[in-house]
Amino acid sequence: MTDIPAMPSTMPGARKETRRSPAVPLSIKLAFGWLVLMLLIGVFASYLSIYDFKALDLKARLVPPLGFGGDTRHLLGTDELGRDVLARLLFSIQMSLLIAFGATVIGAVLGTTLGFLSAHYRGWVEQIVLACVDFQASMPFLILALAVLAFFGNSLPLFVALLGLHGWERYARITRALTLSANSQGYIAAVRQLGANPWRIYFRHVLPNIASTLIVTMTIAFPEVILLESGLSFLGLGVQPPLTSLGNMVGYGRDYLTRAPWILVAPAVVISISTLSISLIGDWFRDRLDRTP
Amino acid sequence: MMVRFVSIRMARGIVTLLLMVTFAFVVLRVSGDPVRSMLSPETPAEAIAAFRKSWGLDQPIWIQYIRYLQAILHGDLGQSVRDGRAAVVVVAERIPVTLQLTVPALMLNIAIGIPAGLMAALRKNSLTDRILMTSAIAGFTIPPFVLGLVLVLLFSVELSWLPSGGSGTVAQMILPVITLGIGGAAVLARFTRNAMLGVLGEAYVRTGSAKGVPWRRVVINHAFPNAAIPILTIIGFMIGNLIAGTVLVESVFSWPGLGSLLVASVLSRDLAVVQCILLFVAGAMVLSNVLVDLLYGLLDPRLRSGADK
Repeated sequence: MTDIPAMPSTMPGARKETRRSPAVPLSIKLAFGWLVLMLLIGVFASYLSIYDFKALDLKARLVPPLGFGGDTRHLLGTDELGRDVLARLLFSIQMSLLIAFGATVIGAVLGTTLGFLSAHYRGWVEQIVLACVDFQASMPFLILALAVLAFFGNSLPLFVALLGLHGWERYARITRALTLSANSQGYIAAVRQLGANPWRIYFRHVLPNIASTLIVTMTIAFPEVILLESGLSFLGLGVQPPLTSLGNMVGYGRDYLTRAPWILVAPAVVISISTLSISLIGDWFRDRLDRTP
Repeated sequence: MMVRFVSIRMARGIVTLLLMVTFAFVVLRVSGDPVRSMLSPETPAEAIAAFRKSWGLDQPIWIQYIRYLQAILHGDLGQSVRDGRAAVVVVAERIPVTLQLTVPALMLNIAIGIPAGLMAALRKNSLTDRILMTSAIAGFTIPPFVLGLVLVLLFSVELSWLPSGGSGTVAQMILPVITLGIGGAAVLARFTRNAMLGVLGEAYVRTGSAKGVPWRRVVINHAFPNAAIPILTIIGFMIGNLIAGTVLVESVFSWPGLGSLLVASVLSRDLAVVQCILLFVAGAMVLSNVLVDLLYGLLDPRLRSGADK
């Protein structure tokens, strides 16, 4: 994303582009750097840690981190079962990112499809979708998610699918509105006259034209899903042991708050800095894209 | 007409409640055969049939649905599995306990958020603005349970100024209310700033200051009332966030309110209580939306006279 200056300067408009965009602030660079680091950890977590995140070492329980009385064997200390906090942290980052990615994609696909359906059929299909949109938007999602977990019990695929229901209404609303306006434009009428079937029109012609808006919506939804996942896992209702996620580590470290605060501090810092980074970058993008005075 | 405006909103609120009830019904039925979950697997077939008949489970699904609606309209929401009392009673006695947190937290939201946003907007791009907006971003990106635990670590464990949990005294309320209130205050500050910046660019503000009205009066009498309408909308949305926030905050501070009850009921799969809380939250959301709509009418004369539908 920062590769824009690589554009050859002979291209028309290149100079205008560089003049228009101000220097990237340090905070944004740091935020980008942090997110890249998180993504790398997410991909390579299993190669990065020396210890297995589930391995117990009962002789080395509640070892403090390096610099607080610990040593280099356990850089971030160990928990009350002697499990390496760093190894658990790396695996938790991977888990939380995977769940958030999965859920965001599910939400986007579901919402976009429903948006297309309501724009295509109109009538009662549209009314039902819109009523569900209103309903979803008016209820705090955490409460709905807790209710579903109460009724269905918990398993990882169900949990990801459930988080996928978060935010679908935004994609549906946007897709419906944009499709309705696209439908009245010439290119759609032209493709329709050529005899393309509706699905071809929506996925090959309308979707590429509204994709940028949907991607922006996804970047807004992503940190929310991370917070939701960590919140539910914190309550003990999300990711279940022996698996672990960032919220799970915080919730579990809470019991050792006074004796071993390091169990909780590391994941809490990671959650906070990650969501902060995404928000900073999102704000920065919006300021740059929004050219209205 | 105002009456028409409010009645349309009320009708939409009723639709939301109906959808909530339907959601609970569908989820309950989809999640498994109710007979299987209530009776043991060894129950003889005749007993199961009798049970189905007595509960109306042998009827077509839409008759079951209507009966279910009737029961809810009569206030019959089933019994709590955990303590055997009616679910409504179990939930109702927790409501005031939760309001002790949410009402002060909402006041904290408004008392910090609106002045901070106004200050930032009036000194756009100054150091004050940057400091306020940076702390606002930090304020709403830190998850409530992390903030709560940091506060406990700082004020209860390290300084031992305030208790880390429990309820009953004012001292015990301070940390949870702050935890619950900060995020909303941050959101409100950012939103107030944007709304004010939008309004401050309007022609009537320029006219006001051009004809010599003191700047303070331009801001208080002309700019802020116009920014208040979108701000009110966001406050309406924040009530939902507050309710969701109580679930986490009550868990951190072992506050015995609705949030703790919901978590405990989900863990023990006390479905009647969960359903009752769902309906209560939906009702609270509908009520707060109607209140926001009524306040719109007070703030915006165009809505009262019906010029704007």
